[in-house]
Amino acid sequence: MTALTMPAQPRQDASLRPVPWRRMAWVTWRQHRLTVAGLVAVLGAASVYLYITGEQLRHQGFVSYGAGPVLSLTAVLFQLIPPLIGAFVGAPALARELEAGTFRFTWTQGFGRARWTVATLAPLALAVTVAAGAFGFLFSWCYGPQIDGKYVLSPLAATTFDLREVAFAAWTLVAFAIGAVAGVLIHRVVPAMFATLVAWSGLAVVTGAFLRRHYEAPLVTSNPNLPNGAWIMSQRWTRGGKPVSLSTVNQVLQKIGATEAAPGHFAQNPAFGQSSARASASTPGNASPAQYLLHHGITQLATYQPASRFWPFQWIEGGWLLALSLLLIAATVWLVRRRAA
Amino acid sequence: MNVIEASGLGKRYGSTWALRECTLAIPDGHVVALVGPNGVGKTTLLNLAVGLTAPTVGTVTVLGGTLAGSAAALDGIAFVAQDTPLYKYLSVADMLHLTGNLNRRFDQGYAKARLGELGIPLTRKAGKLSGGQQAQLALTLALGRRPRLLVLDEPMASLDPLARHDFMATVMTAVADDGVSVVLSSHVLAELERVADYFVLLSRGRVQVAGEVDDLLASHRVLTGPAAEADSCAERLCVVHARRGEALAHLLVRTNGSTDPVPPGWESHPVSLEELTLAYLREPGAASLPGPVRAGALPLETGEPTEVSQ
Repeated sequence: MTALTMPAQPRQDASLRPVPWRRMAWVTWRQHRLTVAGLVAVLGAASVYLYITGEQLRHQGFVSYGAGPVLSLTAVLFQLIPPLIGAFVGAPALARELEAGTFRFTWTQGFGRARWTVATLAPLALAVTVAAGAFGFLFSWCYGPQIDGKYVLSPLAATTFDLREVAFAAWTLVAFAIGAVAGVLIHRVVPAMFATLVAWSGLAVVTGAFLRRHYEAPLVTSNPNLPNGAWIMSQRWTRGGKPVSLSTVNQVLQKIGATEAAPGHFAQNPAFGQSSARASASTPGNASPAQYLLHHGITQLATYQPASRFWPFQWIEGGWLLALSLLLIAATVWLVRRRAA
Repeated sequence: MNVIEASGLGKRYGSTWALRECTLAIPDGHVVALVGPNGVGKTTLLNLAVGLTAPTVGTVTVLGGTLAGSAAALDGIAFVAQDTPLYKYLSVADMLHLTGNLNRRFDQGYAKARLGELGIPLTRKAGKLSGGQQAQLALTLALGRRPRLLVLDEPMASLDPLARHDFMATVMTAVADDGVSVVLSSHVLAELERVADYFVLLSRGRVQVAGEVDDLLASHRVLTGPAAEADSCAERLCVVHARRGEALAHLLVRTNGSTDPVPPGWESHPVSLEELTLAYLREPGAASLPGPVRAGALPLETGEPTEVSQ
C-alpha cells in the first residue's frame, strides 16, 4: 500500500538516445510528396509563363510592349500563390493528422511529437520558401526591366513589390506558417484552409496599405516633377507653409480655365476659350497650371518613397515576415506539445 | 514494478471532469482489463498514460516511475488507439517502413511474418483493408516495436466476433512469447473474462474496483435465498448489490476471503466476472460498500497487495 501514497518519482532515462532526425526525412517525404508535386506543378506552370513572357518582352523591346494591363492581371494571379500555398501546404500539414485521428498513432511513436512536428514543418517551410524565392527571381527577370527601367509602375507599388525576390519568399513562408498554426488550432483541414486565406489576406492588406510606407521616413519635395519610380504617399497644396484647400486651388486655376482633376494632374476647360488665352498672356511665359499656381504662391508638397529604396524595403519586409513566420512555427510546436488529445 | 501508476490524477476538459481523483497502480506482467461505462474516463486515463494528454491535476507515471509522455515512456509503450488510426493512403509496406523510421527499434521480420500469416498483402493500401485487417495491422505495428507495455483502447469495438478472437489471439501470443504487459479498455465483458487476469473498474471517473481477477472472484459470492429474509441477511454481510424477485433474492456479497457459514436456507454460488462487474456498475457510489468504493479507491484488502513495488 505504501507505494500508492508515496509521491511518484518521475525519472528520465538519460542513456536513452533519441531516434535520429534523419529517419524523419523519409517519413516527411512519403507523407507530403504529393503536396510537393502539386507545388512544383503550379509554380512550374507559372514559371514557364514568366519565361515565355520574359523572352517576348526582350524580343519586342520593353517600350513597344503595352504591358501595363497585362502586368496587372498576372500580378493579381501571382498574388494568389502565397495564400494558396499556405492553404494547401501549410494548413493540412497538421490539421489532416488531427482530423483523421492519425496523430494518436504518430505522436505515441518513439520519435516524440514535438520533434515530429519540427521535422515535418521545417523541410516543408524550407521547400516553399526556396521555391517562392526562385519564382520571385524569375518574376524580376521577366518584368523587372520594365518596372525598374521604364517606370510604368513604382517598384515599391503594392501590385508588384511583394512578387519580387525576397518579399515573395517571405510572404509565402508566412502563409505556410499561418496555415500550420491554423491547422493545429482548428483541427480540421477545410476550415483551417479558409482561416489561412483570410488571415494572410488581412495581413497583406494591412501591410500594403499601412505598414510598408513607414519602413523609412518618406521624402518631401515641392518639385512638381517627382523622380521616376517614386511611390507617392501624399500630395497637398500649401501657401506660405499652410495647407490650401482644393477649392482655393481651383478658384485660382479658374482664371486659366483649368481644374485639378487628380493630385498633380490638371484638366483644361475647353469652353474657356478666349479668356484662357488672355489669362495665359498675363502670366510670364506660356505657364502650365502648376507654374501658374507657383506664381500665385501655391506650391505642391509631395511625400514619397524613392525607387532607390526598393532593396532596403525588400529586406525590411522579408526580415519581419521571417521573424513572424518563425514565431508562428514555434507557436505551432508549442501548441502540439501542450495539446490535449 | 507498476506499468501504470496514478496518484490523484484528474483531467478536466473545459468545466467537465473526464477523470478525477484517480489513484491506482497496475503491476506489470498482467493483461489488465480497464472496464467502465461509456464516458467514464477510460480513454482519458489511457491517453494520460501514453502521454497524449497532460493531466490537469495529479501525476501519472509508467514503466516503473517514468513520466508519461517522456522519451523513455514513448520508447517502451506501444499504443493502439480506438478505431486504429492508420494512414489510409499508405500501403502496408509503407506503414511498416514509417513505423520503423519513427522508433529506435522495429522488428520488420516479425511484422512481415505476422502479416503474411494473416494474409494481409504488403502492397495494399491501409485504407483498403477490412476493419479486422486494419486492427491487426495496427496491432502488428505496435508489437513490432517490442514494447514493454501494450496499451489498447477499445480494440474490439468495431470488430466482428471472429476478428475479435483473432485479435486477442495475437495479443495473447505476444504475452506468452515476450512477456509484454497489456492494458486494454473495453466494455465487451465476455471477451475480457477469457484474457484478462487483472481488473480495473472505473466508475464516475474514479477507480471502483482494482485487483487480480482470481482474487476478486474468490472474494465474492452470490447468495440466493428467500426474499423475505434478504434484509436481515444483508445486515450481517457486505452486500455489493441485491436483486430481489417475488420469492427469491440474489445478493452479491463480498466475503473478503472469510469462510462465514452460509445462512440457513440460502445457497452460495461463485460469481462470474461479468456478474461482478454489473453488480458494481449498478452500485457506482454505494458508500456502505467496504473497500474499494471510497474516493481515491484502494485495491481490495484481500490477499497480498500486489501493488507494493518490489
